[in-house]
Amino acid sequence: MDIIASYGTVLILIAAAVGFFMAYGIGANDVANAMGTSVGSKALTIKQAILIAMIFEFAGAYLAGGEVTSTIRKGIIDAAPFAALPDLMVLGMISALFAAGSWLLIASFLGWPVSTTHSIIGAIIGFALVAVGTEAIQWNKVGGIVGSWIITPAISGFIAYLIFMSAQKLIFDTDAPLKNAKRFVPLYMGLAGFIMALVTIKKGLKHIGINLGATEGYLIAIAIAVLVAIIGKIAISRLNIDPKADKQMQFNNVEKVFAVLMVLTACCMAFAHGSNDVANAIGPLAAVVNIVESNGEIAKKAAIAWWILPLGGFGIVAGLAILGKKVIKTIGEGITHLTPSRGFAAELAAASTVVIASGTGMPISTTQTLVGAVLGVGMARGIGALNMGVIRNIVVSWVITLPVGAALAIVIFYVLRTAFGV
Amino acid sequence: MPTNAFLGVFAKSPIKPMEEHINKVHQASKALIPFFNHVFKEEWQQAEELRITIRNLEREADDMKRDIRLQLPRGLFMPVERTDLLELVTQQDKIANKAKDIAGRVIGREMTIPKVMQTDFLAYLTRCVDATKQASKAINELEELLETGFKGREVTLVEKMLVELDAIEQDTDDMQIKVRRQLRDVESELNPIDVMFLYKIIEWVGELADIAERVGSRLELMLAR
Repeated sequence: MDIIASYGTVLILIAAAVGFFMAYGIGANDVANAMGTSVGSKALTIKQAILIAMIFEFAGAYLAGGEVTSTIRKGIIDAAPFAALPDLMVLGMISALFAAGSWLLIASFLGWPVSTTHSIIGAIIGFALVAVGTEAIQWNKVGGIVGSWIITPAISGFIAYLIFMSAQKLIFDTDAPLKNAKRFVPLYMGLAGFIMALVTIKKGLKHIGINLGATEGYLIAIAIAVLVAIIGKIAISRLNIDPKADKQMQFNNVEKVFAVLMVLTACCMAFAHGSNDVANAIGPLAAVVNIVESNGEIAKKAAIAWWILPLGGFGIVAGLAILGKKVIKTIGEGITHLTPSRGFAAELAAASTVVIASGTGMPISTTQTLVGAVLGVGMARGIGALNMGVIRNIVVSWVITLPVGAALAIVIFYVLRTAFGV
Repeated sequence: MPTNAFLGVFAKSPIKPMEEHINKVHQASKALIPFFNHVFKEEWQQAEELRITIRNLEREADDMKRDIRLQLPRGLFMPVERTDLLELVTQQDKIANKAKDIAGRVIGREMTIPKVMQTDFLAYLTRCVDATKQASKAINELEELLETGFKGREVTLVEKMLVELDAIEQDTDDMQIKVRRQLRDVESELNPIDVMFLYKIIEWVGELADIAERVGSRLELMLAR
């Protein structure tokens, strides 16, 4: 108890530093997944991808990142057994951040596709186990997370399949693919704009003190969607399209139109990723700050301190600016034959799934939604070749990440306990 | 920094290499036309140069075939069956092999083609090369097929091309009968061994069209899912 009183500020500083470190790891590790499809299909250059990622990851983190945070903070562990041990909770959250951040950096270095969400969840489970015992963990929530390994990719894959099929029906398998692309692509753009606007309005604006009614929210989202569609139409009309094109060239032109859309879905993806994954870094940090500020009382529901979301956002942006660049550079040649029309379906589906799942407060992994979405497009016979061996490794790494995160957190937790003499 | 693992999900697509491969083998078969033009005039040196060209094209096609096979390990998830693709590339490759055999045999024996046969023989050869051209045209639609998810109008278009290919192959059958008959009319004046080999060459040229048709039916099987 007394450590909170005596070391409060130090603890907050440590937690903030470690939270920043974790956010940095998220930025470095996930940005390639979120932006990879856009860069791979040549819709964006590396510079553009970094720029978009910076702006929209931050916007997503700041405007829509508050929702999942509470789940990470108190969904997985039961706060009741910790009521008498707030100091352990504080140290535990710090060690969870530290463990997850380290694991992310190690994995990025080895090139393993770990999920940031799962590493933090594993770490939180780990420290709760040794601090209190099995009763501190909401096992049904953990079961839900394991269930999400199947459900999230499935939903995402299904949506991707539908989007891709609709594009086939409306655009590719018609007499005049190019004409139809010009007609329908703005609609897809409007849809992407609508999803992004809606999640911002529904989840984010109350953090920055704007409250809208449900009807107003929908109306504004629709207005934004229409605006985005109009901008899209203008952008498409300004493309230089070779009119004397035969069938082959026509598809090339159609892909040019889709590339415009892909810029927008890349924004969506970055936004969704920022909103979903920033919570992994700042959830535990917010918990630490709350406990210290209320002098050891573990509040049921507490507002997030004003500086926490931007800190997470900056952490992600710093990570992707410094390390992410390297990761994205490896993409250029990595993906062959991924065209914008495929990439857009995968990205839009993944971003929508993240948004839907964030609404339920379930901590999900952005990488999972993307893998599911890519498989969905593959099922629709839209991708040249997918490497199932790699997908298997990714799934295995999801499963491994939980115990590894837990083990690391336990070690760090004991170190911290000794250091602070609790 | 190793390559990002998630992006490893996208394997190298076999579609473009397949198209490049059929274009290569078609070039090999096409080179037979100038080759025989020199043979008619008994310009053996130029013919030899063309034989070398054909042989080199065949080797390049072989390397491409090997690359395609190595790129297609088990455990790839593709819009078409892996076995179909492997069968297809095997058939495609036979076109170049056949062209190489024809050129090699003609040069090796310095075979002269009787004057009376030359016009019809050239027409027959050209038609057989048309068949390989049509096959490569159909295979070159693979990318568009992928673009449309192997469905709908694009499939219908390819089906039409394959019907055309069958028609060309039937043409070559009729022309082959005609060329054989011409040879039979003059065979008594020629060296019997040369005649035997000439029959062989006529047969082999016809096989170019047969293999091209087989490539077409492989593609058809691939689309029938």
